[in-house]
Amino acid sequence: MAFEIDEPGLSTTVQDRGRLGYYNVGIPQGGSMDQLSAEMANAVVGNTAEEAVLECTYLGPRFRTTDSAVVAITGAPVDVKVNGESREQWTRLELSAGDELSFGFLMAGTRFYIAVRGGIDVPVVLGSRSTYTLGSLGGFKGRKLQAGDVLHVGPGTAAGNQGLDGIGAEQRPTFALEQSIRVVRGLYDHRLTEAGMETLLSATWTLTPVADRTGLRYSGPVIEWKPREQPFGAGSDPSNIVDAGYAVGSIQIPGGQEPIALHRDAVSGGGYAMVATVISADMDLLARSAPGTKTRFRAVTMEDALAARADYRAARSKLWGNIL
Amino acid sequence: MSNNDGDTKDLQGTARYTWGGDEFLFVEIDESMSLAANFKANSMASVLAARALPGISDVCPANASLLIRFDPDKLAPAGLEAEVRAIELEVDGSTNRTLETRIIEIPVWYDDPFTRETGARFRAGHQRPNGTDLDFAAEANHLTSAAEFIRRHHSNPWLVSMVGFVAGLPFMFQMVPRDQQLEVPKYLSPRTDTPALTVGHGGCFACIYSVRGAGGYQMFGVAAAPIFDPAQKLPDFKSFMIFFKPGDIVKFRPVDKTEYERIQEQVEDGTFVYRQASVTFNLAEALENPVRYNNEILERLNGI
Repeated sequence: MAFEIDEPGLSTTVQDRGRLGYYNVGIPQGGSMDQLSAEMANAVVGNTAEEAVLECTYLGPRFRTTDSAVVAITGAPVDVKVNGESREQWTRLELSAGDELSFGFLMAGTRFYIAVRGGIDVPVVLGSRSTYTLGSLGGFKGRKLQAGDVLHVGPGTAAGNQGLDGIGAEQRPTFALEQSIRVVRGLYDHRLTEAGMETLLSATWTLTPVADRTGLRYSGPVIEWKPREQPFGAGSDPSNIVDAGYAVGSIQIPGGQEPIALHRDAVSGGGYAMVATVISADMDLLARSAPGTKTRFRAVTMEDALAARADYRAARSKLWGNIL
Repeated sequence: MSNNDGDTKDLQGTARYTWGGDEFLFVEIDESMSLAANFKANSMASVLAARALPGISDVCPANASLLIRFDPDKLAPAGLEAEVRAIELEVDGSTNRTLETRIIEIPVWYDDPFTRETGARFRAGHQRPNGTDLDFAAEANHLTSAAEFIRRHHSNPWLVSMVGFVAGLPFMFQMVPRDQQLEVPKYLSPRTDTPALTVGHGGCFACIYSVRGAGGYQMFGVAAAPIFDPAQKLPDFKSFMIFFKPGDIVKFRPVDKTEYERIQEQVEDGTFVYRQASVTFNLAEALENPVRYNNEILERLNGI
């Protein structure tokens, strides 16, 4: 069984839960940016959480299935069409051989997900099917989809499982135009003046269009760095450090302007000081932002971050508890 | 001749521990770059990685720091910090400041037409709108010509102090005293394009761009053979798609057009292999007498 791609969409890639263990040589974790939405799509079609899905950015693909297929669309709200007729998101869709799946414009957010029972079947590279486009690695030929691609669907690992009947409205993530993102201060936060840190944590930031799988850039006020005589090898600007590893989710402010929060395809290191890191439980939320989203960064303690992490994990395991 | 204070100052017990959210521990060995700080970061990383503690997924040594990714559900932050602090004490207390590594010869076509063409495309807004990045680098180091800068660039070995940014990109630190280091400011505004295998330089670091993409380092030439091979076609990539490891020692060898093209043919037909030899890197000897030490390790490549 396969999907024949007629139109690839703006940037459609194969993603799963990502690959850990290779960040020390510059290969990022990758994986679906909005993990919860992707996982919900898998749960609805009866996959395990491990299966690869399609991540669609802004403009979705148009494709035909060669055989009958069970799919689900989750994530950012979008018009879903089967042979031109509107269908629902967050529920199981049965496709017959030859059916065409297509999408309208996004109504909010940035990314939606397509899961198919059996999972998208591409080779596992370094432990994952996720696409790392910069390194031409993983996914479908290491790149985003193109017209004419034929994407195979696998046998899947959850035999006989029908999946959830759907994701209830109260369970679905929201795609709001205002967001509060929790961060833990640290890394090089001592290099900001007190006023600079206050600015970062009190201003309302606007997500710019410079936002992709690598990171998200925000516009807002200038943030003040402490002036200093730069250490050897660190570069000339007060926001420069001797090139170091970048935490995924960390926020850097090159030259004191336009903070950048790194995401799952992060560059693994560089010469800009990081001053706070988005907590793991809010990384999906960050991925749901659309350009223009008004964002506040709120400092929390490590204990708060761990409690939020536990809540997030509980929400995910509940998804699977309903099936088993 | 010995290395200056940046390399001899006491880095014992001075690391700074801080958190990158709930999944990353960051350990800064020193604010400044030095061989000693890099050696300590790599030593701690090696010891930690060898322990293979459940809950640690990534141990990433960098130039003068260390980044560790962990799962706090499996390894509590306080427990991880205690473990890494114990490793720091152990590394500080060790008298064995050596690293089993290798020296590798990297053929580079300096001042080649591809690099010139790319440099010309991004001349507007450059510190030196006329001429090339090599001209700029020579002037920044008070050298008489680009040719003299090139000679200095390949006459001493470089230590791979970090691998990353993008897949397989080596950061390299020249194994000479601080007052002889080549230092070149980065581009004022990053380029949107850099050809793969461009040999770059920013601050005190050299790099080789492993993939095509954005970049802010000055560009001096092009390496003749791949350093990242996701298809793993060449013999040097049979075990892993990435060539460089932290601690590798690099000797650049200038090649001309004819030799560059010959190497390209070998890459095409899958026969190219890097000249390399095993070496025991000794930090004390490297700091004590860099000239003698560099000559010794460069000789390891003879007859290979």
